[in-house]
Amino acid sequence: MSATNKVPMNRRSFLKSTAVVGGAMAVGFNVSGVLAATSESASGASVGFNPFVKIGPDGTVAVVIKHFEMGQGTSTGLTTLVAEELDVAWDKVAVEFAPSHDNYKNLAFGGQGTGGSTAIANSFMQYRQAGAVARDMLVRAAAEKWGVDASTIMVKEGELSSGDNKGSFSDFVEPASKLEPNAEPVLKDASKFNLIGKNKLPRKDSEAKTNGTAVFAMDVKVPNMVYVTVLRSPLFGGTVKSFELGDADKVSGFVDAKVLPNKAGVAIYAESTWAAIKARRAITAEWDNAAAEERGSAEMLSEYNAMLDAEPTYDATGKGNLAETETAAKAAAKSVSADFHFPLLAHAPMEPLNCVIEPTEDGGVRLHDGCQFHMITHPTVAAILQIPPEKVDIVTYYAGGSFGRRANGGSDYHVEAALAFAALGGKTAVKLVWTREDDLAGGYYRPMFAQRAHIGIGDDGKIAAWGHRSVAQSIFKGGPMESIAVHNGVDHFSVEGIVDTPYQLPMALGLTDYESPMPVLWWRSVGHSQSGYTMEVLMDMAAEAAEADPVEFRLAHLDESDDNQARFAGVLKLAAEKAGWDGKPMKGKGRGVAVHKSFNSYVAQVMDVSVDADGAISIDKVVCAVDCGIAVNPDVVRAQMEGGIGFGLGAVMRNEITLKDGVVEQSNFPQYEPLRITDMPEVEVHIVQSDKEPTGVGEPGLPPAGAALANAIYAATGNRVTKLPMASNGVKFA
Amino acid sequence: MSITLKINGATREITADADTPLLWVIRDELNLTGTKFGCGVASCGSCTVHVDGEPQRSCVLPISAVGDSEVTTIDAIDTPQGKAVQAAWRELDVVQCGYCQSGQIMSAAGLLTSNAKPSDEDIDTYMKGNACRCATYHRIRAAIHRASDILEG
Ligand code: FES
Ligand code: FES
Repeated sequence: MSATNKVPMNRRSFLKSTAVVGGAMAVGFNVSGVLAATSESASGASVGFNPFVKIGPDGTVAVVIKHFEMGQGTSTGLTTLVAEELDVAWDKVAVEFAPSHDNYKNLAFGGQGTGGSTAIANSFMQYRQAGAVARDMLVRAAAEKWGVDASTIMVKEGELSSGDNKGSFSDFVEPASKLEPNAEPVLKDASKFNLIGKNKLPRKDSEAKTNGTAVFAMDVKVPNMVYVTVLRSPLFGGTVKSFELGDADKVSGFVDAKVLPNKAGVAIYAESTWAAIKARRAITAEWDNAAAEERGSAEMLSEYNAMLDAEPTYDATGKGNLAETETAAKAAAKSVSADFHFPLLAHAPMEPLNCVIEPTEDGGVRLHDGCQFHMITHPTVAAILQIPPEKVDIVTYYAGGSFGRRANGGSDYHVEAALAFAALGGKTAVKLVWTREDDLAGGYYRPMFAQRAHIGIGDDGKIAAWGHRSVAQSIFKGGPMESIAVHNGVDHFSVEGIVDTPYQLPMALGLTDYESPMPVLWWRSVGHSQSGYTMEVLMDMAAEAAEADPVEFRLAHLDESDDNQARFAGVLKLAAEKAGWDGKPMKGKGRGVAVHKSFNSYVAQVMDVSVDADGAISIDKVVCAVDCGIAVNPDVVRAQMEGGIGFGLGAVMRNEITLKDGVVEQSNFPQYEPLRITDMPEVEVHIVQSDKEPTGVGEPGLPPAGAALANAIYAATGNRVTKLPMASNGVKFA
Repeated sequence: MSITLKINGATREITADADTPLLWVIRDELNLTGTKFGCGVASCGSCTVHVDGEPQRSCVLPISAVGDSEVTTIDAIDTPQGKAVQAAWRELDVVQCGYCQSGQIMSAAGLLTSNAKPSDEDIDTYMKGNACRCATYHRIRAAIHRASDILEG
């Protein structure tokens, strides 16, 4: 797709505009998704109109953001798309979060939600069109007033002009709001972009997030609200048999304690967060653990290993040739074999999970939430409370990180809040607050993975056979999106990044599912969070066996006449060039490279480490190259690369959730130590200039980071780390 | 117990148990929600406020221990250091999710008050207790240097 064409709008599914009392205008969808003008309020509060762009009588512009902002920059990104086509000054545009409505669906999912690094990709045309429709209406209104041809009108930073005629948006909002929107707005040619791709457009959320005024769901307070903590079973799948209040009722501010209707825990109600936390400490419960997970991580790991040894359940490459490929690989004169282990990981977003549910006058509820997956949360809350979905209103706030955690098929914390609300009678607003301890013990982890590969090098120095086995707990099976993710029994997200690698590899891949009542979830970059590591450490090992330079060896497995492989090779070459890759060993230092494609973006990294006299590793520098098509906001792309690299490094360095007899062993940050500023390397990001459609950046920075680190550590020390986290497997960090 | 708290230039009367962490008084009683809860055990720094100008983790500071001290939160920081840090943070677009950033800014302002020209190493040592899950550290470092330059004029 070219980014610059004229896009016909589907009248049945796209925009409309509306005029309002007071002369404001808005462009968006009406109740049935039809393009037509009405005189409903543009505030967005009125039933039946879902604007994307709102222009007040004074010419102020607000962009309604359909994705939630968890730090990935979407409120800046989507605003850029509208502002570009509307030709409004950047600092004159405000941002609002959309309510929960199907007209705000993610075009990549078919429902309202954020994930899979899709926000910019799915909105790129839609938000530009919304801006273009609004601009066209203003221009036509001005043309009529001035008696000139619309084509003579120029628009710049919210000012219109034609010859001697000059005016601002505010002069034309009212007449424009009465015009029929144009179903086929002409979008700008990329060569005319003023904002898209501009190196440094200030983030829309910077000011509020630096003066304490940004509102997160954790900051919401509604009248007569009680605070709720929940005492949950220490084992996944355990249910409440009974509980004792102990001294909880002596805690000042304690209100009540009740078993949740689904018996998943005891809800403790109090007049403040602190009272709810304190009262919970006094309560003890008896649990029914008949269906609970009682295994420990060590037992799980040996079961994973046994599953690697056994015949895989599924043939993910579909050729029935795993055994012969493994045999050929092992028989090759030069070969490589390795097992990989990846631990459970918690997302640990900085803002612990929480939400507020308050009753509304019409017998419904309003959910205040850093809501990531309206499409699941909305109907789930309605079903739990047995009210029609139209009586559920969701107000979305800034989210203090997510990394995937706020979206899950079961909407776990919303369900918990709804049950706590119902258990108290459904008349009192409740604010559910998780502590960090709840978060780390709360499940929905990145699953454990085990991988085994046998690779044989042929006489031509290239990979001649690659036999691969994976064992993973499926994320999607049994969930609401199973049908999109699982084919012939294979959960694609268990094998992504391996089965669909851009490298030309004669690969056979077998998959076996691990099963546990412990819930697992997508964690920043999903399957790529471990396949990037596996693949790129293996490519390094294979390069060594082939006695080839790691960069040259990788390039030898890419056919650059194919666009996909060319882009993959392109970032690899760019990172190598910018880092001054020469393949020469340096004393006391090591350099590693990795490249990975995920979410349709290509990222390569060259990482430098040094080793001190005690053998402790410091990560000095990362040179990163990314090809994400058109970089709508290059500085946001850079920030997401920096963040993805840091998040990935922290995890591979020292993070793991472990269970002992089913109980999570890490209780708070001291046991699940996040990456610190002392660990953070210098990061240099290079963005490939591109006119291809934009692809994701929230996740793709992560997958190569761990592998580049591992390869650098190997180069520096000769220690090949295939079991994570590194700190639990013999690597010392400075 | 009834407590008199000097906060953001005002004096506030509140009722709270003596063991209530200052954080929860600030957030739930006084509705100053710029100060964040991240861990409750002094290991993330999201709850950092100034107590008599010194950065402190309000999640582990019992209200009874505050006494006569002046508390300043992100909502009201107006020292030259605080303002320079905020300006530098905006100039470099440090924030991602933003949840840790009130604490980062309060700590950074504390650092520049005690050390006007910190090195990378000084920054790392001082800021180590402020975790950022979005890993904005690279920019935090640069923004502290920038704030130091702003202060220098
Ligand atoms: S909340 Fe106080 S240090 Fe984390
Ligand atoms: S900006 Fe998200 S935790 Fe720091």
